[in-house]
Amino acid sequence: MSEMTPTATSARADLPAPSPPVDPAETAAKADAARRLSWWRGDGGEGVRRNLGLIGVLVVLIVIGILTRPDLYGDSNWVWDNILTILKLASVVGVVTVGMTFVIIGGGIDLSVGAIVALAGVWATTVATQSYGAGGMVFAALTVGLAVGLVNGVLISYGRLVPFIATLAVLVAARGLAAEISDKQTQVSSNTFINGIASNKLLGIPLLVYILAAVVAAGWVLLNRTTFGRRTVAVGGNPEAARLAGINVRRHTLLLYALSGLCCGIAAIMLTAQANSAQAAMANLYELDAIAAAIIGGTLLSGGRGTIIGSLLGVIIFSTITNLFAINGLSTEAQNMVKGGIIVAAVLVQQVQFRSLTQFLGRNRATTT
Amino acid sequence: MTASDAASAPTPPDPTTMSEEVAVTKAPLVEAPADTVAGEVVLRLTDVVKTFPGVRALDGVQLEVRAGEVHCLLGQNGAGKSTLIKVLSGVHRPDSGDVYWRGEPATFANPQAAMRAGIATIYQELDLVEDLSVAENAFLGHEPRRLGFVRRGQMARRTRQILGRLGHPEIPPGRMVRALPAAGKQIVSMARALSHEARLIIMDEPSAVLAHDEVGNLFRIIRELTAQGIAVIYISHRLEEIREIGDRVTVLKDGRTTAANLPARETPTRDLVSRMTGRSIEYVFPDRPAAEPDGAELLRVDGLTRAGEFADVSLTVRAGEIVGIAGLVGSGRSELLETIFGARRAQAGTVRMGGRALRPGSVGAAVRAGMGMAPEERKSQALLLGEPIYRNVTLATFGRYARLGFTDTGRERAEADRIADSLELRPRDVRRPVRTLSGGNQQKVVVGRWLLGDTRLLLLDEPTRGVDVGARAELYQVIRALAARGVGVLLVSSEVPEVLGLADRVLVMREGRVVREAPAGELDENTVLDLVMAGSLMEGAPA
Repeated sequence: MSEMTPTATSARADLPAPSPPVDPAETAAKADAARRLSWWRGDGGEGVRRNLGLIGVLVVLIVIGILTRPDLYGDSNWVWDNILTILKLASVVGVVTVGMTFVIIGGGIDLSVGAIVALAGVWATTVATQSYGAGGMVFAALTVGLAVGLVNGVLISYGRLVPFIATLAVLVAARGLAAEISDKQTQVSSNTFINGIASNKLLGIPLLVYILAAVVAAGWVLLNRTTFGRRTVAVGGNPEAARLAGINVRRHTLLLYALSGLCCGIAAIMLTAQANSAQAAMANLYELDAIAAAIIGGTLLSGGRGTIIGSLLGVIIFSTITNLFAINGLSTEAQNMVKGGIIVAAVLVQQVQFRSLTQFLGRNRATTT
Repeated sequence: MTASDAASAPTPPDPTTMSEEVAVTKAPLVEAPADTVAGEVVLRLTDVVKTFPGVRALDGVQLEVRAGEVHCLLGQNGAGKSTLIKVLSGVHRPDSGDVYWRGEPATFANPQAAMRAGIATIYQELDLVEDLSVAENAFLGHEPRRLGFVRRGQMARRTRQILGRLGHPEIPPGRMVRALPAAGKQIVSMARALSHEARLIIMDEPSAVLAHDEVGNLFRIIRELTAQGIAVIYISHRLEEIREIGDRVTVLKDGRTTAANLPARETPTRDLVSRMTGRSIEYVFPDRPAAEPDGAELLRVDGLTRAGEFADVSLTVRAGEIVGIAGLVGSGRSELLETIFGARRAQAGTVRMGGRALRPGSVGAAVRAGMGMAPEERKSQALLLGEPIYRNVTLATFGRYARLGFTDTGRERAEADRIADSLELRPRDVRRPVRTLSGGNQQKVVVGRWLLGDTRLLLLDEPTRGVDVGARAELYQVIRALAARGVGVLLVSSEVPEVLGLADRVLVMREGRVVREAPAGELDENTVLDLVMAGSLMEGAPA
């Protein structure tokens, strides 16, 4: 990535056809205005509308909560605690979902995330790793996550396996390896720093929520403000066009799965901290939660479109539903049925939105030409 | 504007490039005498128009098909044949124009409706279920049944009857379709058409999947079908097949009928090809510079080969020079361009930019060496349709404007604005999705993408396909202006006048080989057409 000098740019400014001289100050002012606009507006008008819809769903869920348990909602302390409970509940899956969102926008799918979390968690809590202290445990979890993610990436981009198959295979293998390492036992974490990540608070907010916020913020910046994010959208939206524009599609695909693996490593530490232990069966079916959250959040399963904020809202909607059922003392089974319904509803709504949008654009064209 | 208006637009033909007999611009829509073929008119289309966002796929199609005839549809890729088939088979509904089916105005709401009316389509990729039997495929979707149970015996019996009618009683109805050869699968497709009592069968390049000796058998079946009064619309690129099996020919170009109901056997080949490829309207080409381009040699291709696509191609492009490659679909021209760009890996030969050999099969290396390409299929190969215009313009360069990996969208938008201004992009707002642009403006976005980088050589594959008249002239100006600034251009087009009018030097490709190279001034359209068509396409055909 070479940086271009301003003179080089202005030399090309009139390349295709000699245009009348433009006041440079005026051009600069225009560019400046465009830059200022981009700060608060971005380019995702469509995504913003979609996210407003998700916030609407969240509001409805909260209203249902208020209507069903007015006694609890009367207590403002309880309300604050409950919000933190929901966010804490969302934190681990949320971190996994950020990685998943990148993979799906990039045109892939990662079924191995739950298994990677388990393997990283188990690896970080072996007696040997724990002897290196908290730093060693974090390092082990992140490295294992990254490494397994790289395996996914290599299989898919250089081994040309279909992502579904490759990550399914890695799911099975990673769970197996986790069981092997842990000897099918629950490994207790005796590290107070690690365990404290789940129990400690800063300014009244659990550390887990800070980690989620940090990962989401980093993910948002990465997707919307960096070349990595731009390449992700290009590779997922039209891989052939990306390739013919000189983007190294294979290398980028590899990096996407590595990123997902890294997120799983972070989630492994968080989950281990919550349980004070790790075992091969942990983070079961997280892949489905993460995929569902991303889809609800407006990520197109065929790639090329999606937002981090949408995915975050998807995760929070799920944990709010869980919470809603918990405060009403209802079963997990009923809860899962509602979740399934919500996934279908969300996708249906998006399809309708998309169709009416294209129709609108079609009409628009017809009138202008 | 109707097709006949367009075809008879009073524009003076250029005497240097067009002869009288191929002057499509002058001739009105050709109508053969009505009594060429006996039989009632089963299908008539008048002024059928179908638009998709950004493209006018059908722009005034006339078609008349009679019972018992083989009506050939001729046209280049992108001429609108596929869309026309989809309109006839109920996949798309036309925006305007009339479709008369057996004398009655008709619109088919869906493929089932078209099939019930008696129109069956045999697609190029045969739409058979490989793991069902021959009989199950033939009656797919309308199995004879009683109380919800398929009457397998009856289905097998009727399938056997139909196969017998097709002259293939030896195919067992119970055989899995997967186990059949391509020719056998085609028979099953036809059996399906007959199981619907089809009166019109549309065959989309049926010979493409067949070996040479199987084509004769296909023709025998087609003759038997037409003898029973069934009409066939036959689509093929191969003129010799059209000569052999066809009764009448309708030629499409850019979504319009450029000639209707020509006698298939008597019409001169050159006439057919020029109606397929020739311009329907005169374009204004920018003037060539007085002096011949004498820039430094930019691109040197030596002995480039890919088996089955092209062989031993050598060429050079100088800075500031426009080199045109003329050739029909299948001549290997697009594959050659993609190989030079590194999107395909050459089996032999080298590509050098500025004297340095490029790593084969690496687009990145080609781009870094200063190449840019506008591929043949804009939508599938070049654009992120849902993304804003500016992000499509900066797709190859956004990394240059970034600092430490952080994109600078303000800068990108300013650069895209500049490109949009200089290319007169409409609509002008670069934040709109590319999907909303017309074909010509989408092409400007793709070309504009390479104006941002330090592109020294631009590869253009069919740059004006699906582009309307006004935008064409603008694109020609842009290409010439680029050359005037020292950019080398390698242009591929199936429109001979475009190559001759725009390029400084012309290479003619046929069947994967360069058969002629000459300055554009030394060639005329007839010579090039002769070179382009010679060989297999002409074999057995009266010249």
